[in-house]
Amino acid sequence: MHARADASTDAASWPEDIFAILQRFEVRQVPYVPDAGHSQLIERVLGEPSMRGIALTTEEEGVALLLGAWAGGQRGVLLMQSSGVGNCINMLSLTQIFRFPFLTLVTMRGEWGEFNPWQVPMGTSTQGVLELAGIRVLRASHPDEVREVMEAAASQAYDACTPTAVLLSQRLIGTKVFVK
Amino acid sequence: MSKANLLNRRQVVASLLASRGDAIAVGGLGASTYDIAAAGDHARNLYLWGAMGGAVMIGLGVALAQPKLPVLVITGDGEMLMGLGSLATVGLQKPKNLSIIVLDNESYGETGGQMSHTAAAADLVGIARACGIADSVALATLDEIAAFAARMQDVSAGPRFANIKIDAANLERVLSNRDGMFVLTRLRGALGFPPI
Repeated sequence: MHARADASTDAASWPEDIFAILQRFEVRQVPYVPDAGHSQLIERVLGEPSMRGIALTTEEEGVALLLGAWAGGQRGVLLMQSSGVGNCINMLSLTQIFRFPFLTLVTMRGEWGEFNPWQVPMGTSTQGVLELAGIRVLRASHPDEVREVMEAAASQAYDACTPTAVLLSQRLIGTKVFVK
Repeated sequence: MSKANLLNRRQVVASLLASRGDAIAVGGLGASTYDIAAAGDHARNLYLWGAMGGAVMIGLGVALAQPKLPVLVITGDGEMLMGLGSLATVGLQKPKNLSIIVLDNESYGETGGQMSHTAAAADLVGIARACGIADSVALATLDEIAAFAARMQDVSAGPRFANIKIDAANLERVLSNRDGMFVLTRLRGALGFPPI
């Protein structure tokens, strides 16, 4: 178990892998509810002129936004934490009704040495909730597999309009350390 | 229940869409979608029959992708109340080509006319303005609506928000197409995007 890097002093390489693949697939709209595990990627998105980072008040907004983006000819990706998946359930209906290229990257909490018990219920049901909603779920648990998993996810989401979620394991992003 | 001094929703939407030009219209679930259908089916209409609370965000996604086209979201007070946070998201992004119109009958007409929050407390114009949508107005006459419809064509001065108190009378349903894939593919086609 390793601690999550809260500052940018220890930049990981896997968020860069994700960013490069999003660029290659010409992703333009990146709605997000912030999560520490996504912070490096969000910074890259906000600094990239071809992408628009869009802060949300709740994750379900991002599902609807991605439908609108596609209706207007753009691809997007939704960044959120596992607790946000629960906020999306009804809005995920859009992925079946409209079969648009839906891709979400979910940083996991409530697993792998979680300190905060409040994260555990939703973290435990995240994958099941997504699958019940008709979303294909892939998972990356180690830095060296992120690129391959993202390649597969982006291909099936953007090329085949198969709604897809990538779970980024707490083991990958690091367990959040609570100190006084 | 009908009040004589309130606007007829079909007239309001017909007026908003009469000179739409290339505008894209997103309709919130329920009567708003029927009103848009009643004004005439159109390749640039996106009808919703569910996803309550999502209309404004769908409109935002289209507006950001197509900044040169006017994008209209026409929805009801109940649907808007479920997605109030999206007004804050729009207020932050400030898409200049997006106009949000709420047909406010102060009730949930589709489910039996139960009172909504706007009947007694919630002020949607105030909420929209406080979320950063400076051009937020209440429209009360057909002349004001015609003037707003003309302003919606200006894609350099949004976002804008209009709340229109309408008669709560339940009108005959005019059912839009409800096949999402058909509507989406048709809209994308009208914008020049082929099927995958």
